[in-house]
Amino acid sequence: MKHFLLMLSAFCIFANGSGVAQAKDAAPLADDPVTEQRLITISEEMRCLVCQNESLAGSRSDLANDLRREIRTLIKEGKSDEQIRNFMVERYGDFVLYRPPVKPITWLLWLGPFLILLLGIAGLLIYLKRRNQAVSTEALSDDQNRRIDELLKESTHD
Amino acid sequence: MKAKFLIPLILFVVLIGFLAVGLNRDPHEVPSPLINKLAPAFNLPQLADSQKMFSPQSMRGQVWVLNVWASWCVACREEHPVLVEMGKLQIAPIIGLDYKDQRDDALTMLSSQGNPYLLSAFDADGRVGINYGVYGVPETYVIDKEGIIRFKHIGPLTMDLLNQRIFPLLSQLKKS
Repeated sequence: MKHFLLMLSAFCIFANGSGVAQAKDAAPLADDPVTEQRLITISEEMRCLVCQNESLAGSRSDLANDLRREIRTLIKEGKSDEQIRNFMVERYGDFVLYRPPVKPITWLLWLGPFLILLLGIAGLLIYLKRRNQAVSTEALSDDQNRRIDELLKESTHD
Repeated sequence: MKAKFLIPLILFVVLIGFLAVGLNRDPHEVPSPLINKLAPAFNLPQLADSQKMFSPQSMRGQVWVLNVWASWCVACREEHPVLVEMGKLQIAPIIGLDYKDQRDDALTMLSSQGNPYLLSAFDADGRVGINYGVYGVPETYVIDKEGIIRFKHIGPLTMDLLNQRIFPLLSQLKKS
């Protein structure tokens, strides 16, 4: 019982502590939902650099907040999605984009899987051809043919 | 014929090799697109005196080091003695960019731990940081006489890094 109470109080302190840490001001939303929708569409396609497994749309890091603020400003200035993406790439590199652009340095990335697929198909074809050749094409004897006929008849009578 | 059975083993070893290299690389070392590009312009109030402004334009003709730091950043405090040491050597002017900080906290840190900076610019809302592609303080840039970024380091500086990379680069840039 004593242990339980101790754990409970520890849990309360912990819960309380983290509650305080999270009770920050909400990030300002743009006045119009159209801007907000565009912000989400753009930033879902971008990587948050601080917590790299989160998208910019989903991250709660300070930098992500700031970057969303910048993107909001750019949207209000009437910049196109392409211009906004360029703004981010100029500063943080292609790394911010979840879909890397197709260019010489990423050719292997984009075409590699197809290359491996082609290699696989080629290997399979070669293997099948070889196996075909390896199967014996010896003719059956009359005895064997008769036995096959018998077996087939048996199975149709059943 | 025996070689055939070795193929899966070889493929496995190659895969392990790729994974080993991948695991040992630091995912936070993102190549900066700003290398060999003009350092983004800005005009910010200075940390010590908000009436005075600083712009990188004023450093033209000099090789200099821009160090992004903040008093709230633990890694910056780790790095600070190295910067102080570097400041004493007077190889190149170090300009600080105090990133999203409180003025008082920043000044307290400099007075207690030493001030290696010629001056610090005060980037209150982090906008200049964004223009420099900062995503984790401390970050350090080496900028040449034409105002072009020649080197960027993310994370705390070390004496080894200064001796092996930054000092040779600085003296090379100064000659050109």
